[in-house]
Amino acid sequence: MSVNRRSFIKTGGAVAAGSMILPPFMQSCQNVQISENVKSYLDHFEVSTEMLQKVIATAMSKGGDYADLFFEHKTSNSLGLEDGKVNRAYSNVDFGVGIRVLKGDQTGFAYSENVEMKEMLNAAKMAANIADSGSDFNINEVNEKIPAGYYKIQNKWEDVSVKDKVPFVQKINDKVFELDEKVIKVNAFLSDETTYVLFYNSEGRLTYDYRPMISFGVVSIMQKGEQIENAYSARSFRKGFEWLTDELVNDLAQEAVDRTNILFEATKPKAGEMPVVMGAGGSGILLHEAIGHTFEADFNRKGESIFSDKMGKKVAENFINIIDDGTLDNNRGSINIDDEGNDVEKTYLVKDGILNSYIHDRISAKHYGIDPTGNGRRESFRHIPLPRMRATYMEVGPHTKDDIIGEVDYGVYVDNFSNGQVKIGAGDFTFFVKSGYLIEKGKLTDPIKDINIIGNGPQALADITMAADDYLIDNGTWTCGKSGQSVPVTCGLPSVLVKKLTVGGVS
Amino acid sequence: MTKEEKYNLAKWAMNHALENGAQEVSVSISDNKSSSVEVREEKIDKLEQAIQSGLSIRLFVDNKYSSHSTNRMKKEDLARFIEEAIEGTKYLSEDEFRTLPNPSLYYKGGGEDLNTLDTEYNNIDPKQKIDLAYAAEKEALGKDERIISVSASYYDGLNERVMVTSNGFEGDTATTYYGLYTSVSVKGGEARPSGGWSESAVFYDKLEKEGTGSKALERAINKIGQAKIESEKLPMIVEYKVVRNILGPVLSAINGSSIQQKRSFLIDKLNEKIASDKLTVVDDPFIVGGRGSRLFDSEGLAAKKRSVIDKGVLKTYYIDTYYAKKLETEPTTGNSSNLVFELGDKNLDQLIASQKRAILVTGFNGGNCNGTTGDFSYGIEGFLVEKGKITKPVAEMNITGNMKKLLMDIAETGNDVNENSSLLAPSIVFNNVDFSGI
Repeated sequence: MSVNRRSFIKTGGAVAAGSMILPPFMQSCQNVQISENVKSYLDHFEVSTEMLQKVIATAMSKGGDYADLFFEHKTSNSLGLEDGKVNRAYSNVDFGVGIRVLKGDQTGFAYSENVEMKEMLNAAKMAANIADSGSDFNINEVNEKIPAGYYKIQNKWEDVSVKDKVPFVQKINDKVFELDEKVIKVNAFLSDETTYVLFYNSEGRLTYDYRPMISFGVVSIMQKGEQIENAYSARSFRKGFEWLTDELVNDLAQEAVDRTNILFEATKPKAGEMPVVMGAGGSGILLHEAIGHTFEADFNRKGESIFSDKMGKKVAENFINIIDDGTLDNNRGSINIDDEGNDVEKTYLVKDGILNSYIHDRISAKHYGIDPTGNGRRESFRHIPLPRMRATYMEVGPHTKDDIIGEVDYGVYVDNFSNGQVKIGAGDFTFFVKSGYLIEKGKLTDPIKDINIIGNGPQALADITMAADDYLIDNGTWTCGKSGQSVPVTCGLPSVLVKKLTVGGVS
Repeated sequence: MTKEEKYNLAKWAMNHALENGAQEVSVSISDNKSSSVEVREEKIDKLEQAIQSGLSIRLFVDNKYSSHSTNRMKKEDLARFIEEAIEGTKYLSEDEFRTLPNPSLYYKGGGEDLNTLDTEYNNIDPKQKIDLAYAAEKEALGKDERIISVSASYYDGLNERVMVTSNGFEGDTATTYYGLYTSVSVKGGEARPSGGWSESAVFYDKLEKEGTGSKALERAINKIGQAKIESEKLPMIVEYKVVRNILGPVLSAINGSSIQQKRSFLIDKLNEKIASDKLTVVDDPFIVGGRGSRLFDSEGLAAKKRSVIDKGVLKTYYIDTYYAKKLETEPTTGNSSNLVFELGDKNLDQLIASQKRAILVTGFNGGNCNGTTGDFSYGIEGFLVEKGKITKPVAEMNITGNMKKLLMDIAETGNDVNENSSLLAPSIVFNNVDFSGI
């Protein structure tokens, strides 16, 4: 993704049509060979390589092993619809630089909300305090790393006026009302985000990223007699304005209405342990909670995870391959570089049933003596990077969906979720089912709703006895929280049978 | 920024918006300072410091509404930011219900000092903070051979904020907080259960500085061997530390937005019985030194003490200016301050002792509540209580039911509360709860 000067420091939230800010010109990096592209990022943040080097030298001045600078400029815009009208807009601008110093496994961190030399040096001094000796660290190296291009777009959100976005939000309202006469209310939102990142570290790596994001969603609220139900449908991608189409509006509207309609007849299953068939797609939440978090190497290097001593061991059936991938085209969980400047990869967590890799950031990769996997992520420049997931999914298996459902005498089929959680050490994970179906004698029967399912990670992974050929990534607005930091992710799964989980229900 | 600088910048931003096409404006500016340290294995694991500022602005332009925030605080940046925001707002639909509050409802000064600011915040020696974390770690480290990992954190923060509106409100707040948190992981069979304990306070002197490490260790060890039991309908005792998890959906359901948007299981329930007689809750913004204390809310509306639930009868909906107009009623306030529960006679041990067979819930694990219908299902962990005694740790179980019925099934409230929280709720006993296990 190339960035031109036209996109220099936009202050704006709700950008009006034709509004444009002219950048002050700034001369940077005259004595180093760097590309026009990286120059535009240096200009964007009003810094030069010499400035970056001075800040790094200060950060390293107390004897740190490593330091990095993470400049970030994020503009978020959101439109909201309530009671039939697009009658609210929100915007936020966040700008600053996070300065991190490592000494072994120890982290010193501070940030500055502006890029004046004095303030950056102050923050660097604070972060430097994690080490306590002295050092004359100097750096002249600049190794530019051209980032991958996993999310090429045509029309940048910065260039799109509120005027051009409003009609899509209005249309989704009208469509939902048109689809079903039980609809009494609609809530809808359209949120776009544009993030510029510039990264430099004490090893001389200089890199950058342009990260677009769009989320579009709708809630349909419907009434039948006295009963009111609602359901949500949304999609999110690293895509540009070209992604918004009438077809998308229709798909989301239909999905929200269909999901709400199921709920009117839904019941609760019997309480207790039973087989659970996870439908293709959003059921990937199973992987995210049951094993994803417990594979994050910070928990493992501290011995806190239930998977801490399972590397290289058999943890699942032979046909199971589980991947965490930061490279899927335009995926919400993809990143061209991670937030520690590392290349991003497709990482096999489980290969042929064997635990193959943890999810690493720089600290844990060094601890385990391996290359980073590109999972070092942070919510913003205000936060330190941690090992985090990207898109987590399972490859196809040897069975079919019908085979799998046919195996179950009494159990549940689930395919629509709202949230999940895990206790890393105990391994107990949960996910909340918005809707699904009972399975009786190998057939889907009554719909079910609003139940929590709980299991134990290693046991559930070993209990996946069948997997189908219908793998699907769910492109909903998944956001993963850890240590108070949120990052965008996705998940995916083919239909699978988990032999036994505890299903919330009534006795 | 000093308070005066914040007021000046806020008024400048407000005037800039008024001069560029907005008819009504509300601006707030906040400054936050924070620091934290986490120690592990008798070394500092993470040391973080932060200073941040931000401006947020609510714009009412030609009967259209938007709100914006930024941390680019230079006047030239703010000017452009505000102008663009106003231009963008013009493309929205009109919304006749959007206005600033009625000025007669604003806080007009003269309130009692609620003592939410520790003026010593900047004078506390950083080394002392680090030593507190080390001391907390030391309470656990090496105290049991099953320990895998101990981490202890100290954190603090100072928030200062001013707000002005174009119809006459001016107000400022300043609050501090301090906290300690220790978590301990232990090995017990295949599992590595962890336990944690936290303390927090508005004043450094009032922070309970001892005990997080030893309590975290005790809680972790008590979880060793936790396992699910048979599915069963049982009384449930929810420990006060986690009561917020089970009562959160009630607060959402009595919010004006949920009511007006038909996404609440408590629509049309004002002055009706929604819970058992045992439940009485007052919203008291005036507790001196209270965590949620305030003289005015986020819109500037003067704070008032309110009965929320009186012996099971719902007395208040939380309604801001916008939803009050939509619902054709008077605004109360958009969100709660300190929620003070009427206490029972027994402490947690006595509540346990009075149960023949029950489950004590000490932690929740995921789950959710459908705010429209009240249907809930949550993962839990805790302990089986038999003949008045804790007999074994349980986990990997769910509770499932409907909030409307759960509230009616409140059998008793305890007398234990966390004084340093804005939710002053005790441990609560609920009857007839569906537990799913084996």
